[in-house]
Amino acid sequence: MSNRLEIKLWLAHRLTGMALGLFVIIHLITIMIVIQGGLSAAEIMERTSSNFIVAIFYGLFVVAAAVHSAIGLRTVAQEVLKWNGTCLNVVILTFFSFLCVVGMAAIIGLVL
Amino acid sequence: MKRNHDKKEYWASFVQRWSGVVLALFLPAHFLILSLALQGAEVLDSFLHWTDLPMVKFAEAGLVGLLAVHFMGGIRILVIEFFRWAEWQGHLITIAGCSAVACGSLFLLRAF
Amino acid sequence: MSNQQEMITISIWRGKEDGDLESFKVPLVDNQTILDLLTNIQRDVDPSLSYRFACRVGMCGSCAMRVNGKPRWTCRTLVSKVVTNNVLRLEPLSNLPVVKDLVVDMAPFFDKWQKGKGRFEAKNSGVKEFAPIKPDNKMRQLADESIECINCGICYSACDVVETNPNYLGPAALNRAWSLMNDERDGSRVDRLIAISGDDGCQNCHTNSQCVARCPLQLNPTASIAGLKKLVAMATLKGEL
Repeated sequence: MSNRLEIKLWLAHRLTGMALGLFVIIHLITIMIVIQGGLSAAEIMERTSSNFIVAIFYGLFVVAAAVHSAIGLRTVAQEVLKWNGTCLNVVILTFFSFLCVVGMAAIIGLVL
Repeated sequence: MKRNHDKKEYWASFVQRWSGVVLALFLPAHFLILSLALQGAEVLDSFLHWTDLPMVKFAEAGLVGLLAVHFMGGIRILVIEFFRWAEWQGHLITIAGCSAVACGSLFLLRAF
Repeated sequence: MSNQQEMITISIWRGKEDGDLESFKVPLVDNQTILDLLTNIQRDVDPSLSYRFACRVGMCGSCAMRVNGKPRWTCRTLVSKVVTNNVLRLEPLSNLPVVKDLVVDMAPFFDKWQKGKGRFEAKNSGVKEFAPIKPDNKMRQLADESIECINCGICYSACDVVETNPNYLGPAALNRAWSLMNDERDGSRVDRLIAISGDDGCQNCHTNSQCVARCPLQLNPTASIAGLKKLVAMATLKGEL
């Protein structure tokens, strides 16, 4: 039912926000440790290859970030650009799908 | 024209919204670059060389800063909405947290 | 008696939405409220000026309008406190249709009140005993914090979200819904939660808190709306809505 959509999106936005709060702390600390002394692809991939904890953590991270940013952008588009309806939802779903696909591609590239 | 926007909370929401938009627009680029790993370490490396440029390091620090601001603003919103704290307490969190994260980020990114 | 009085220019909105500001030069009088000033102008200068008031002592909320862009009660605002560079600007409340000059149509405001189920509905008919709700009862205290609203429309006028989303229920309607959610005697809890969580509901609040900044009774609609958000979130997660 469409009149429950907005509140469900709001709730998803808040819940993913909570998850991202945690993920971001872990991510930033990890990155800061890892980039000490320079950053090279080989170093990164050495740490991430066949590392399924990396795969699961970043898999969840990508989905949460995609949901959170898509819903956030949707609200901005509604209030600032005055977009609405199917057109808006299609654009946002496209953005969301793009992030999921490219994010997963990155994880596959780094882990496998 | 715009009316009573001298209240801090308006600017808190303004910063939250637009830092979110910048971060959301950055995400696809971030995922795309990392997905270069699919094409092998050398391809990713050739791109990562750009991160040695001072301007890129500056932009990175800026993004981490925006993330820190958006993160602390998010904590403020979650505290207000799920613990029903008063506005001024929310501000203390944001200020304290932002300073802490900013200092930490700057130090660890070795910006100075 | 020589009485060198400072003159100020007061710009007042005339007409409907497509009207304009009209200037009047008036003396700055100590201890004069904006309501006094408007009354003087209407009696002595221009009888065609339209504005609202009733109690003139800060109890009814009828005199709410924008003063230098900020919604206030004119009966409780001293001219000397808000005049800047000898200039004062009076406009009707924003976010509501203008009837004439400083008078707005409050109907949309009250329509949203009803839309948010801002009315008490008893649990059973034929209640035979008083509901024992003690002063230290937590829900009662929450209701007490928000119950004093007199529907003046200042928060509605101050709200940035109402401005960008004309369908949004707004701080006053949601604040009232919250006070009723804390009334143990009320029987329409689930219906009310549904009513305030539709497309135009509580999730639209971005905690800008201009409502808190401007409420003359120092109510906190942001906190009330936060309370509603939490109730709706819990009920949604439990599948009750």
